[in-house]
Amino acid sequence: MELILNFIENNLAMITILVLATFVGIEIIAKVPTVLHTPLMSGSNAISGVVVIGAIIMILKADDADYITLVVGSLGIALAMVNVVGGFAVTNRMLEMFKKKKK
Amino acid sequence: MGKEIIDFLYLISIIIFIIGMKGLSNPATARKGNLVAGAGMGLAILIALLTPMLAGTAVSMTKYVFIIIAMAIGSGVGLVASKRVAMTAMPEMVSLFNGLGGATAMLIGFIELKNYAPEGVAGKLAAVAGHADLFTGSVFSSVFALFIGAVSFSGSLIAWGKLNGSLRDNIKLPVPQIINVTTLIAVFVLSYLIMAGNEMNFTLLIVLTIVSLFYGVAFVSPIGGGDMPVVISLLNSFTGIGATVAGLIYGNNIMIVGGILVGASGILLTILMCEAMNRSLISVVIGGFGASASSASGSGREEVVKEATPSDLAIQLKYSERVVIVPGYGLAVAQAQHVCHELEQVLETEGVDVKYAIHPVAGRMPGHMNVLLAESDVDYDKLMELEPANDAFNNTDVVLVIGANDVVNPAAKSDAGSPIYGMPILDVEQAKNVVVFKRSMGTGYAGIQNPLFFGDRTKMLFGDAKKSLGKLKEELANA
Repeated sequence: MELILNFIENNLAMITILVLATFVGIEIIAKVPTVLHTPLMSGSNAISGVVVIGAIIMILKADDADYITLVVGSLGIALAMVNVVGGFAVTNRMLEMFKKKKK
Repeated sequence: MGKEIIDFLYLISIIIFIIGMKGLSNPATARKGNLVAGAGMGLAILIALLTPMLAGTAVSMTKYVFIIIAMAIGSGVGLVASKRVAMTAMPEMVSLFNGLGGATAMLIGFIELKNYAPEGVAGKLAAVAGHADLFTGSVFSSVFALFIGAVSFSGSLIAWGKLNGSLRDNIKLPVPQIINVTTLIAVFVLSYLIMAGNEMNFTLLIVLTIVSLFYGVAFVSPIGGGDMPVVISLLNSFTGIGATVAGLIYGNNIMIVGGILVGASGILLTILMCEAMNRSLISVVIGGFGASASSASGSGREEVVKEATPSDLAIQLKYSERVVIVPGYGLAVAQAQHVCHELEQVLETEGVDVKYAIHPVAGRMPGHMNVLLAESDVDYDKLMELEPANDAFNNTDVVLVIGANDVVNPAAKSDAGSPIYGMPILDVEQAKNVVVFKRSMGTGYAGIQNPLFFGDRTKMLFGDAKKSLGKLKEELANA
């Protein structure tokens, strides 16, 4: 119990950010039309690729000789970049099709 | 000094993310929103790369070589994949991409745990004294990132396999619910054992990784049919949460906020999708869309269906006033959306009023059908949503159901034993005539028989949707 209280006390700013961001996330798409469900899912999927930053940080703070971390981290970066670049590109392709309609 | 600059720059990318996502949720600004969000991501990655310079710490070039090569490979693969994928295959592509993001969260969690050592002299002393505590926020975050990333990764791969047909829907684990719960309990126990130890137990770590991966498989495999998009959306939200938790390990705001934006909006999107199908999230997760299919198949097999021929249908269409097309996944698979649009144009020149009725879950994902029709230049104004379409049917001469099964199945209203019972459907049988384009009498994606096919006003036009539509178009020119 004390452990949990300590954790909350030490990380209050981070918890606040978490809570507020949750509300922002919900608020943003509260009234999205069905037509946009697939592109929005795809777009937010690309944003979840933000995890690539974690892999970059992991490599940057690793020991130079720690090849396991370097290799696994690089693998993580590559995979997340597929998610990021592919995700935004695919979303753009889908949305381009809606745009063509307004001649 | 450096850290403040870095955090401030991250804050800017957070704001760009939020603006981008807000844009994405409105049809008029969606494309711009996507580009804005992409720019935010670019900025965030740039900041991460420049962090050592900004903070004034030295980093060896070797690391940058690793990072840049990995980024180049990943970007290249992503770009090529996104260009090559067919519009019809979009849902599985999204699922696959999502799985890769989850894999990254898993790898981060794994490496952070593997490398975890109590820091500094005090930590080492504590370890010697036998109470180096792994019960810390950072270990907890790593365990959680590992778990949720693994679930998202293996679950997305299963979803991808199911959607592209390489995994059969009916491959199910025996007693899936019990396996699910048992696996989940195992995950909790393993996580606790790892955290309760004095030093990192590598064997337990490997076991936890494997069990977490298995949980993703166990979680997704009982789910199938029309519930797949919901699962993809849910897994997408998991990846977001994975990114957030990985961000907690490093105290990195952009990962925390970016991830939770996806996590929170993803869960809401998942619920919205469930609502469109009139199903609860719980029932989706517990699974069984089509699992209990046998209960509803009925014994109507001796009933006969009436067949239509393209030439008869062409004449009938020509002298109709109002025609409504109900497109489904079969249309997409046959790549028939272009021919369909051409047919629509031919009919329009004959003075026939042609509209499309789009079920919320037509295709394999909400909005998927709209994208496909947009691809073939169908006018946006011609698309009707469920309710306006249902109001229009009794005033419609001919309804063309092209490759759609479950979204027009009246069993959803009449048969309480049907697995799709309660799902809102398009009431096509209200129209004067219904023509169903279908390859064979096979059942649809949910695997259930459709009483509509045996209706008085229904005729079947068997064959590949694209060929049938092409023939119909020719016959119209002759008629």
